[in-house]
Amino acid sequence: MDYFLELFLGGLTRGSIYALIALGYTMVYGVLGLINFAHGEVYMIGAFVGLIVSGFLTVLGWPILAIVVIATMMAMLFAGAYGFTIEKVAYQPLRHAPRLSPLISAIGMSIFLQNYVLLAQSSDFQAFPQLVPEFEFLEPYSHIILSTELVIILAAVVTLIALFLLIKFTKIGKAMRAISQDRQMAMLLGVNVDNVISATFIIGSALAGLGGILVASHVGQINFYIGFIAGIKAFTAAVLGGIGSIPGAALGGLILGWTESFATGYVSSDYEDVFAFGLLVFILVFRPAGILGKVSSEKV
Amino acid sequence: MVLTFPFVAMKVDSFENIVTWRWDNVLYMGVGCFFISWLWRYLLQRKEFSKSDTTGKKNLIQQTWKDRLFSDPKVFCPVLIAAFCIASVFPFIFSPYQTTIMTTALIYVVLGLGLNIVVGLAGLLDLGYVAFYAVGAYSYALFNYYYGFGFWAILPVGAVLAGLCGVILGVPVLRLRGDYLAIVTLGFGEIIRLVLENWDDVTFGPQGIPNIPKPNFFGLEMDFQTVTLYMYFVVFAMTIFTIVVVRRLNNSRIGRAWIALREDEIACQAMGIDTTKTKLTAFGLGACWAGMMGVFFAAKNSFVNPHSFTFIQSAMILCIVVLGGMGSIIGAILAALILILLPEYLRAFSEYRMLIFGGIMIIMMVFRPEGLISNVRRKYELHEGEKH
Amino acid sequence: MTNPLTEDILLEKLSTFLYSVSNFFEHKPIHLLDSLEVNMKQRTVKWAGSLLASAVTLCFLFGVSIADTIKIGVASPYSGDLASYGIPAKNAAEIAVKAINEKGGILGKQVELLAEDDVCEPNTATTVAAKLVAAKVVAVIGHLCSGATEAALPTYRDAKVIVMSPASTNPTLTLSGKYPNFFRTIAHDAAQADLQVAYALKLGAKKAAVVHDKGTYGKGLASLARDGLQKNNVEVALFEGITPGAVDYSALIRKINRAKVDTVVFGGYHPEASKIIKQARQKKINATFISGDGVKDPSFLKVAGKYAEKYYASAPTDVSQVAMAKSVSDEYKKVFGADVGTFSLQAYAAIQALAGAMEAAGSTDYDAVVKALRSEKVSTPLGTINFDASGDVLGAGFAMYQVQGGKFVEAK
Repeated sequence: MDYFLELFLGGLTRGSIYALIALGYTMVYGVLGLINFAHGEVYMIGAFVGLIVSGFLTVLGWPILAIVVIATMMAMLFAGAYGFTIEKVAYQPLRHAPRLSPLISAIGMSIFLQNYVLLAQSSDFQAFPQLVPEFEFLEPYSHIILSTELVIILAAVVTLIALFLLIKFTKIGKAMRAISQDRQMAMLLGVNVDNVISATFIIGSALAGLGGILVASHVGQINFYIGFIAGIKAFTAAVLGGIGSIPGAALGGLILGWTESFATGYVSSDYEDVFAFGLLVFILVFRPAGILGKVSSEKV
Repeated sequence: MVLTFPFVAMKVDSFENIVTWRWDNVLYMGVGCFFISWLWRYLLQRKEFSKSDTTGKKNLIQQTWKDRLFSDPKVFCPVLIAAFCIASVFPFIFSPYQTTIMTTALIYVVLGLGLNIVVGLAGLLDLGYVAFYAVGAYSYALFNYYYGFGFWAILPVGAVLAGLCGVILGVPVLRLRGDYLAIVTLGFGEIIRLVLENWDDVTFGPQGIPNIPKPNFFGLEMDFQTVTLYMYFVVFAMTIFTIVVVRRLNNSRIGRAWIALREDEIACQAMGIDTTKTKLTAFGLGACWAGMMGVFFAAKNSFVNPHSFTFIQSAMILCIVVLGGMGSIIGAILAALILILLPEYLRAFSEYRMLIFGGIMIIMMVFRPEGLISNVRRKYELHEGEKH
Repeated sequence: MTNPLTEDILLEKLSTFLYSVSNFFEHKPIHLLDSLEVNMKQRTVKWAGSLLASAVTLCFLFGVSIADTIKIGVASPYSGDLASYGIPAKNAAEIAVKAINEKGGILGKQVELLAEDDVCEPNTATTVAAKLVAAKVVAVIGHLCSGATEAALPTYRDAKVIVMSPASTNPTLTLSGKYPNFFRTIAHDAAQADLQVAYALKLGAKKAAVVHDKGTYGKGLASLARDGLQKNNVEVALFEGITPGAVDYSALIRKINRAKVDTVVFGGYHPEASKIIKQARQKKINATFISGDGVKDPSFLKVAGKYAEKYYASAPTDVSQVAMAKSVSDEYKKVFGADVGTFSLQAYAAIQALAGAMEAAGSTDYDAVVKALRSEKVSTPLGTINFDASGDVLGAGFAMYQVQGGKFVEAK
């Protein structure tokens, strides 16, 4: 039972990470109907900014708490700025292009950003400081859950709730929903589509930045390549839960995390990804729009 | 925009909190960014401008020369013959290195054409195309290893096996559309790769299978130069074969069914087209080419391992299709040549190679969103009066 | 020069600019000539041509061409996730060649290095091989990854080019006997696995977990280690692969924890190793961890930090105290501003071995040099080495190291 609990929590941590990144995918998809392949790279950039800022502040000798807060803020800020720039450069000019064109420019952007960071920050793995302090009260349970893991889970929950409220109750949230339903109509009703899309990118990317800094501090190392696998997995999670749906992304992330965790724990980590993707295919066969996705009947 | 860029460029810190300031880089970066962003905006403006400009008369003219190029045999044939001639004397003019690159490029031409059937014509976004490529490659490698079959015997077998896999993948995903399809095919591609990686007893896992013989030419022994040459011509012949078949398919009943499926699934169904069958043939036929090229790939490299069949490869092939213009044969050929040859010739920039490559991909998409050659659709227009 | 990057960045700016310019001009003809039959193909050719032209100009500006040189290729990954192994190897080869050229070259000829990026992919590796063969190289230093080497070797063999890998440790490369042109300045995995097993037994292993990264190197090494352990009646509780680059390995760590093993053997590279050890130690797993030379890297110490303590790693015998290796390391640090990488010294030694053999053979003829490589001893940073009949290095072996006080110390 203990073992089950451990795996459960491990899966929960992993799932929360996926969920944080998947939220960005799902938001962008909801508004634009576009898979942002460069999203994983934004996550990576968030982690790097966190590393740079925290390293810099440590040299200046700031207290740890201030470092954590400022590094996180900066990571989110810069990730958001990158998201904004990516949208302006690679997607906005393609707003009216065929559906697959932005996908290719996204892949191009992803290659570009990877190599850009590779050149600027070298290809070596870099040590990432453990930003989250060890909580005293968790000490006896350290074989079950670590403090960083707890922080990741909490952060995911808080973000999720905040995002949900944002979408549900604020003006911009309403605008986002309006655009996702019918962009042209929203435009006619006076929603500034460009601004809302930019805002979506900024929020989604900031979340990826947050994810980046949390994961980097959990794992303790980063290099330019980390965004790729995380991006693919988060994308899978978003689709699993029903792309375009915010609770769906969270649920998809968790299910993916648990599947991988239990697959490793009870079967073998050799086939961890086979299980993850197998489950995806299985679920999509029965629910073609993901778990929480709405099956929209196509109008003629 | 300028704000975001210098940040990462200016400092690195690592173990023991060393901060290295690199102000000189910031300067270059800043100047460069300013310049590029200015140029970028200027070009975008031009693009907008020309768009509004060419809506009228110019568009018509443009259409005519394009139409003429592809449909008028008087123009098309000489171009075709010229291309054929260039391609056939190519290896005699250039070094074996050039020939090898060209061989690789031609492999991708065929792959691009194959995926073009699935994505370009039938409109089914497939991100796991490389799986079929892997199936082909491994079927040659394994059949050869265990039973000693030769290249020519396996070539059709590989194609059929891959086609079968395509159909098998096609069945569960029939109901899926668009991006869901994309992720399932991506997952399928990964599953195939992982199975190859983990099924040690048969596939030798990540070690791969070395020493796969190259195709023989009526049992002749060949040295390195001739083999390169020979491989080139084999793939060249296969490319032509593919082009011919795909072209015929394009205009056939089933080809039109695919296009109808891409344009509107419901309308297509209403017109009495069996969507299930159409989708499955698209998957199957598309996968065939990948299987065939997989066999060739194994023979060319005389080595296969799962590492050659990652998602990046799928993305690359997809880029070929989209960059070339969906559904366009010539576009796919051009895009394949560009995408494969470009990184090779960019080797001069060594470390910046992939950076530039990514940048070029974005630029191409932004300035030619329809692809290099937007497909000339078969149109039946009413010429009398503009509104009907 | 304060920073070698600055010039490169300038170069990149220039190239991006050139590209934009060509793109800019390229837009014009459409509007001017659209009534004419502008062939799409021509346009692309023109476009590629202008790019090529700019590339060629740049090469011309920055490159150096020396007539009548001995060309040696260096093929390793300079981009992609394994670039951190490839670049230091290339850099070391550059230093070695510089030193040789300053002394007057080999047989009175200057040596020219041709560096090519193989991204550690078999397919790219064959292309690179064809390119190097076409450039008429006498020998190639590389490739790094065993898979890439395996794929490229037939091409080199048919063209009679000597290949000397500083890093490919897959045993079959030499032991299969199919590649008489292949040599390596690093001992193969079987020797390493034996050492790991011997150490595990010495430390009293009863129950072990063997983990690998599903890579050619990692899995190969791990399988050998597993077989060795089982032969010596050590229970191998689990033998599993992990996905490199995954967000975390906590599930596997928990599984290891539950299996209550006393020894963990990991076959793979340092990024995964540092993740695993960090998470394992955080979960209070006190098993002995043993790995191969892929882990013995300065980055491992940096990244894993205090968690790296007591980690065992087998690796080529440390030669940093040998005078020659020391001077090479210093030189490397002076030129590139960084410490030598994992395979730097092997690459340096490979160049030296080749140079020595060519001098001894008195020519660059393939057969003569191969013969000389097998018989002549050359003193290198790795010690005095030559090669056995199958191409494996003699005189440079493996030793076991342990992390103590943030450093790798040879374990006794």
